[in-house]
Parts: sequence; C-alpha cells; structure tokens
Amino acid sequence: MFNHILFNLVQVLVVMAFAPLASGVTSRLKEMIQSKRGPSIFQPYRDLWKLFHKDEIVSEDSSWIFRFTPYIVFVTPIFVALLIPVLTNYPLFFAFMGDMIGGGFILALGGFFATLAAVDTANPYGPIGASRTRMVGFLAEPVFMIVFFTVSFVAGSTIPYIVQEKWVTPMANFFMPSHVLLMLAFLMLILAEGGRIPVDNPTGHFELAMIDESKSLEYSGRGFALMKWGGQMKFFVLMCIFLNVLVTPWGLAGDQTLSAVLLAIPLVLFKIFCFLLVLVVIESSLSKLRLFRISEFLGAAFITSVAAMITQVFLP
Amino acid sequence: MSDTTNQLLDNLNALATGLFLLTAFGIVAMRQARGVLNLFILQSLLLAASAALLGFRHHSEHLYGVALVNLISKPIIVPWLLRKTASAEIYTRREVDQVLNIPTALLIALGLAILSYFLAQPLLNAVAPEYRGPNVPIGIAGLLIGAFTLSVRREALPLLIGLLVMENGAFLAGISISRNLPLLVELAIATDGLIIVFISGVLIRAVQKHVGTTAVGELSSLKEATVEPMEKEGTK
Repeated sequence: MFNHILFNLVQVLVVMAFAPLASGVTSRLKEMIQSKRGPSIFQPYRDLWKLFHKDEIVSEDSSWIFRFTPYIVFVTPIFVALLIPVLTNYPLFFAFMGDMIGGGFILALGGFFATLAAVDTANPYGPIGASRTRMVGFLAEPVFMIVFFTVSFVAGSTIPYIVQEKWVTPMANFFMPSHVLLMLAFLMLILAEGGRIPVDNPTGHFELAMIDESKSLEYSGRGFALMKWGGQMKFFVLMCIFLNVLVTPWGLAGDQTLSAVLLAIPLVLFKIFCFLLVLVVIESSLSKLRLFRISEFLGAAFITSVAAMITQVFLP
Repeated sequence: MSDTTNQLLDNLNALATGLFLLTAFGIVAMRQARGVLNLFILQSLLLAASAALLGFRHHSEHLYGVALVNLISKPIIVPWLLRKTASAEIYTRREVDQVLNIPTALLIALGLAILSYFLAQPLLNAVAPEYRGPNVPIGIAGLLIGAFTLSVRREALPLLIGLLVMENGAFLAGISISRNLPLLVELAIATDGLIIVFISGVLIRAVQKHVGTTAVGELSSLKEATVEPMEKEGTK
C-alpha cells in the first residue's frame, strides 16, 4: 500500500521532470531535420527557470479566472498522471479513482479554463485563438468518445491498466484491426490536441494564424511558466496514454519494487523518444492545414475510429 | 499448425481487411486524382495480402493464385494502362469536385459500411463456421462504397477507380467464402477488370479530346450547343 502511494508520486515527479525535456528534444530534432543546429535540449528548463524569476503583470480588467487558470492548467495533467500507467503495468493507489474518460474530462477542464482566461482579458487575439481551440476541441471530442467506446468494447473496461493487458495477451492481439486502427485514430488526436503541425504550428508566432498558443499570449512571468509547463505536461501525459495504454505496455515495471520502477524510467523515456522521432518526421513532411480543412483531418480520425469499432463487430 | 499461429494469421487477415475498409473510405474522401489511384493500389495490395494469408491459413494454393493475379494486375498493369490510354493530364488534376461535400460523403459511406454488416449476416449464417471472417462484411462494404463513389464523383478517373473498388470488394468477399475457385475464373475476372480499365481509358481520352475536360459529371446534355461553354469552364 505504502509502496503504491510512493510509486504514484514517482510517476507524477517523472511527468513533471521530463515533460520539458520531451519538448526540448522535439524542437532539437526538428531543427536537425532542417539542417540547423538548434537550441540545447535543456532549453525549456532554462526558459521555465527564467520565467519563474520574472515579474508577473496582470491586467487590471481581468477577473479571478485569469489569475486562477495557470494553476488549473498546471495541476490537471498531474491529476491525470495519477490515474494512468506511466511506469508500472499494475494498478497503483489512485488507479481506480477514474478511468480514461475521467482522465479526458480532467484534461478538458484545463482546456476549458485556458479558453475562458483567453477571452477574459479582451485581448483581440485571445478570443480568436480560444474559439479556434474550441473548434478543434469539439471536432476531436467525438473521436475521443468513439476511441474510448471501442476500447471498452474490445477490452471490456476503460481502466487503462486493464486495457493495456488486452493488447498483448496473447501476442496475436497486437495485430487486431481494432487495435491498429485505434492507434492511428489516437495518433491523429494527439496531433490535434497537442497543437502539432497538420493542425497547428507549435513554433509559429504569427498571431493571426495561432490556434493553441494565443491562449497564453497575455501571461507573463510565473503564470506563463505554469501555462507552458502545464502544456508540456499535458502533451507528455497524452503520449503516455498513447504509448503505454493504447500501443503496448512493454518496458513498464512488472515487479513491485522501487528499483524496477526506477529502471522503467529510461525504458519509458526511450519509448517516448521513438515516438518523438515519428512525430518529428510527420511534422517535417506535412504542411499546416488551412483552418477549414481541420474538420476534414479530424473527420478522417473519426472515420478511422469508427472503422476500428466496425471491424471489431465484424469479427466472428 | 498451432493455435497461436492460426490466431495470429486470423488477426493479420482481419487487419488487412480493416485497412481495406479504411482505404475505401479514403477513396471516397481523397481530392487528388493521383491520391485516389495510390489508395487504390494500396487497397489491391491489401487484398492480395488477405488472399495470401487466407491461403496460408487454409492450405489453399488457389488463394495464392488469386493473390498473385491481384498483385500483378492491379498495382502494376492498371496504372500502366491508364498512363498509356488516358493522357497524363488526368494525373495532375487536383481539387476533384464531388456532388456532396466530403464529410457528408464520408458519413454516408460509414452508414453503408454498417449496413453491410446486416447484409452479410444471412450469408455468414449459411457457410461453415471456419469461413466466417471479417472478409464478407468488409467485402460487401467495399462493393457498396465503390458504387457510392461511382454516384458522387464527377471526374472520370475516380469514377473508374470506384468501379474497380467494387470489384476489389467482391474479390475480398469471394476469397473467404470459397477456397477452391478455379484459377481460370480468377484470371478471367482479372482480365475483365483490365479490359474495363483499357476501354475506360480510351473513353476518357476521347471525352477529353472532344470536350476539353474529364469532369464527366458536367456532361449532362447531348446537344453540341451546351458543350461549347463547357470548353471555357474546362480550362479553369
């Protein structure tokens, strides 16, 4: 029992500590593909350090929502990290507090407050980006739902620890059509939710084209650092859900000892690195979609997820 | 063969059919004529893979024959024939317009795929349990989606591909129901498909030469007079 609480805290610490690293590695890899040297992979840590030591300016016309939001955006991925398998393949202390749908709701709560905060200051660019994020969000919502329904239909549960077992027992289950199609659909979802390239350009700083980034335009100092860190953790958590729950539970700790859990950290980081390689290739080979083409991109994700469900029904 | 191998083969076959269904949806949604053709090639490869896997699973050399015929005729000869008969201009066309917008078309295609489950049910009840795979419902779905593509597309090349998708769907359903279809029949069907491609290619070229466009959906009248303004539109 005590061990499980400890491992759960280790999971949260891993998510907090390595989320900026994942973002740094991504940008470095992207620069390398473009034949540039790029910033150090530890640059996001330095950015966060600098931002935490800067003054924060809050508009006089903003309400409590604006001040409250960075904390919510920062805390929600941590809550999700308590629910999902980051390092272990057996359920931990908080595992049965909520399932994948619960995790989705918690993440959506952070997005909801970020949207409100963007509208709150009446900065002209904030509401544009906020409404676009909502557009992407409500197009992604049905895909999330169908993915979760298919998962519960195939595995008989939405608790992530039970779902991850299903895909590898027996090994042949890895090649079930519903599994592969779900992976495809969820990959598209991660691209949309993480503000990645076919949907949004994470490195673009042109306000009129921004989708995800314009929500934190008004923040400075500590608030901005929390928003940034929270966003990186959200992406890290989504990657963990994708890699550990939907793809395979390989590399996760099976023993209930601290050393096994600590050994799982480099293995999981290696898995995430492999995923980032794929992500960078996708980002470098595609161009950003026009705004009204995003519905078609997410429509394709929706069709893929429904095809996953249909093929599952078709199996004898 | 052991149970685990059989299960793996069944799952791989199901995966091939699942991706087959996905390519059928892709053909409905794709804008570029070139992309439609590429998806069709991918779909034919998946069909060949499914036939080969089923052949290995049930020890049937006829199915290997089907796989081989599919592997040669569709991914290689069909694009070559199209390039020879219809001119290269159709490959470069983007923004192929449709009767319905893409999300609506996709939703209808999705409905057709669900409908095919019910259509396949009586057929599946009639065959022995070991022949019940995902091939029959997805084959019927391919058939219906191909027919649907035929009705919503306005450009000549995607129309032709819709016809071939129908044939692919019928093949996919056929290979799982009967293990011993004579190779002669397979060859005849494959040759038929190629002749369809050949004739349509020549037709597309003729249409393009006379009207200046391959957007056959707009050719709704037989009179010369209505064709004249079409020529200006065709150059847009």
